[in-house]
Amino acid sequence: MTPSLEVSGLAFAYPDGHQALFGVDFSLARGERVALLGPNGAGKTTLVLHLNGILTGGTGTVTVAGLPVGKKHMAEIRRRVGIVFQDPDDQLFMPTVREDVAFGPAAAGLKGPELEERVDRALGRVGMAEFKDRPPHHLSFGQRRRVAVATVLAMEPEILVLDEPSSNLDPASRRELADILRSLDVTVLMVTHDLPYALELCPRSLVLSDGVIAADGATAELLADDTLMRAHRLELPYGFDPRSVPAAPGRS
Amino acid sequence: MHAPDGFINAPVSAVVGVAAAGAIAVSLRGARRELEGASRPGAAGSGGERTAPLAGLVAAFIFAVQMLNFPVAAGTSGHLLGGALAAILVGPFTGVLCVSVVLLMQAVLFADGGLTALGVNVTTMAITTTVVAYALFRGLVKVLPRTRRSVTAASFVAALVSVPASAVVFTLLYAVGGTTDVSIGKVATAMVGVHVLIGIGEAVITALTVGAVVAVRPDLVHGARGLTRKLKLRVNGELVDAPDAAEPEPVPAARSPRTVWITGLVTSLVLAGFVSFYASASPDGLEKVAGDHGIDEKAEEHAIAGSPLADYGVEDVDDDRLSGGLAGVIGVGVTVVAGTGVFWVVRRRRAEDTADAASPTRTGV
Amino acid sequence: MGTGHAHKLYRHGHSPVHALPPHTKIAAGLAFVVVVVSTPREAMWAFAVYAGLLALVAHTARVPAGFLLKRLLIEVPFVAFAVLLPFVAEGERIDVLGLSLSVNGLWGAWNVLAKGTLGVAASVLLASTTELRELLLGLQRLRLPPLLVQIASFMVRYGDVITDELRRMRIARESRGFEARGVRHWGVLAKSAGALFIRSYERGERVHLAMVSRGYAGSMPVIDEVTASRAQWSYASLLPGAALAVCLLGWIR
Repeated sequence: MTPSLEVSGLAFAYPDGHQALFGVDFSLARGERVALLGPNGAGKTTLVLHLNGILTGGTGTVTVAGLPVGKKHMAEIRRRVGIVFQDPDDQLFMPTVREDVAFGPAAAGLKGPELEERVDRALGRVGMAEFKDRPPHHLSFGQRRRVAVATVLAMEPEILVLDEPSSNLDPASRRELADILRSLDVTVLMVTHDLPYALELCPRSLVLSDGVIAADGATAELLADDTLMRAHRLELPYGFDPRSVPAAPGRS
Repeated sequence: MHAPDGFINAPVSAVVGVAAAGAIAVSLRGARRELEGASRPGAAGSGGERTAPLAGLVAAFIFAVQMLNFPVAAGTSGHLLGGALAAILVGPFTGVLCVSVVLLMQAVLFADGGLTALGVNVTTMAITTTVVAYALFRGLVKVLPRTRRSVTAASFVAALVSVPASAVVFTLLYAVGGTTDVSIGKVATAMVGVHVLIGIGEAVITALTVGAVVAVRPDLVHGARGLTRKLKLRVNGELVDAPDAAEPEPVPAARSPRTVWITGLVTSLVLAGFVSFYASASPDGLEKVAGDHGIDEKAEEHAIAGSPLADYGVEDVDDDRLSGGLAGVIGVGVTVVAGTGVFWVVRRRRAEDTADAASPTRTGV
Repeated sequence: MGTGHAHKLYRHGHSPVHALPPHTKIAAGLAFVVVVVSTPREAMWAFAVYAGLLALVAHTARVPAGFLLKRLLIEVPFVAFAVLLPFVAEGERIDVLGLSLSVNGLWGAWNVLAKGTLGVAASVLLASTTELRELLLGLQRLRLPPLLVQIASFMVRYGDVITDELRRMRIARESRGFEARGVRHWGVLAKSAGALFIRSYERGERVHLAMVSRGYAGSMPVIDEVTASRAQWSYASLLPGAALAVCLLGWIR
């Protein structure tokens, strides 16, 4: 089976010479949930912007379900890779929830009842169906984050990329979002500093540090490796012991 | 200055509306080029697609910043009108679009400014302020030493002149299509005089604001591009240097003599207006205006506009002669400026049309 | 300008006026105002009829008179201007209560007041019966350039977000003991404005990224298209139609 996402030898320097990525290699199997961990400045954002071709021009390749990221298939790539940005206000730019969720599929040419159906399904999956005609700024932060996920789900992506999904959420919203993410059957790549959240949701983790993948393995093992953690400026919250928590169940 | 319906007669409103629509159509094209300038390194796709979100956010900024109160003295406060600021920060075309959209939404959503007066309001408040301010700003930046302080100084002068210039254009429109037979000298004196006062406030705020932006993100100050050696771009929170590739000059060098010329003309015009105002209305009247009304947020020019007018009404014949002369000067000056502006726009547009004749952009309104 | 902008005029309701497609309402409102502005000012009775027509619309739309009247306050600065006109205008003068007033100025004042008031009232009725979203769709349908409509939509969407940022910055300033009292504090306020601009612009860049990520390539996909039937158009045109008849009568007499 072709992997959902394959990144190999990806290196990228910004035009001023500042190099952010130094040969990133990893691959995600279909349906996997993987956390991308790393300190600030490790190149996480740069990497994410490569996944749907917003940044290009370095060396190496990114392949999404067999399709190489490049100018040729940009529209299809952007449909397949759904990025949920950190601030839902940036993501929700249309006047109503419904139109925002419809934006992606409509840009891809869907219309009429088919479009409506797609919107309803996406909103249903994040439990926001009854907020369809509300303007986004009247929703709570947690609700906006869920709608942001729906906007991307509506495009039926191959892979869902979330940038700091748990930031600014209260514990209840954080848990609701976890339930939603668990219920999805798409490949998920989650960029986060929230290590307990990574442990809860993602059986596997990647550690990006200084522009390369420094570690790749089971989340529970990585978090329990004190030397590794210290070397890459990753810290667990006070009193949290990954060994005492059951690891995230893999998908069958 | 939001003129209501019935202030300017129907035919003139219609003609001005068509002219304003034309200017907006030109700006729609120009804005694409302006916002392309700060393109992200290595980004796929650029230009037109950035226009809507960026101009929309800048419009929202102008809308919001008009609510920021600047206290003048006990109990009174002023606020920014924003035309000059928009022009300097994002360029004249985007500036025109942003302020026009703000005016449109104010008219439709808040009944602020008449629907038939929309063309008049866009012409005076969006087009005149941004074009005058930008031409002046670019001219000054070219002449002055290339420092940040020059940018601030140029912003000050540009904003200072843009507000009375807009009053001058309004007076001109009133002269052609005003519904009441008030001597144009009186209207001009009152409008320009009061707007010089407002312009000072606008100038201070604009200069300080531009100064604050230049200090942090000089690359975002459209009018000051080329002053910085290396641009920084922010890619999702990370500061990244932009390529050294030459930025497209917003105003090609070939046009600069004309820019300088307009600058000189507008400056002298407003200076003339300012001096004549002091010569004609008693200084007491001016102080009274400031004292009674301040640069009050809501009443603003309308309420103030009355006072020197009334004050003027009891002045003797000498002043009438003076104000007549002043009106002449202003009338001629405005005609020249407006004519040059139209010429400039038409030329620009023609160049644009030949450049991308195949572009399917809708230009009608 | 002022705090009034923060409030939306829209009043939720299910009247026949609310139900009309937005573009028919905008067109009707504009046509009505054009007719009003074109009416000779000497035909005073015509303006009374116009006011009656608007009152009828307000009644149909179930917009309370108080709401409408309160909103007319936005006109006050121009009332001040209008009051001055009889004193300063040229031409023949008459004496009223010992004051020398210009006849032309009196007519001018009446003209500005009557037309301005009717214009504001018509705009208020439009705004109070049409949702923000619908207004944008209506403008789009009326063939406003799509880019302009997009800019307006973004302004509407982010106006609140940015006003909120402005408010948070003020609270942050005040929490640290700063209170703007005079001109010498303008520097601090201008820094806020500058910071607000940078935040707005950067948000614009992020929004653009989010849009591109979902397949945006310069034009908005059409998600909603408002349409109007012939019946709806004729219903909406009742107002300007009646006004036009009145206007013509005004010119003939």
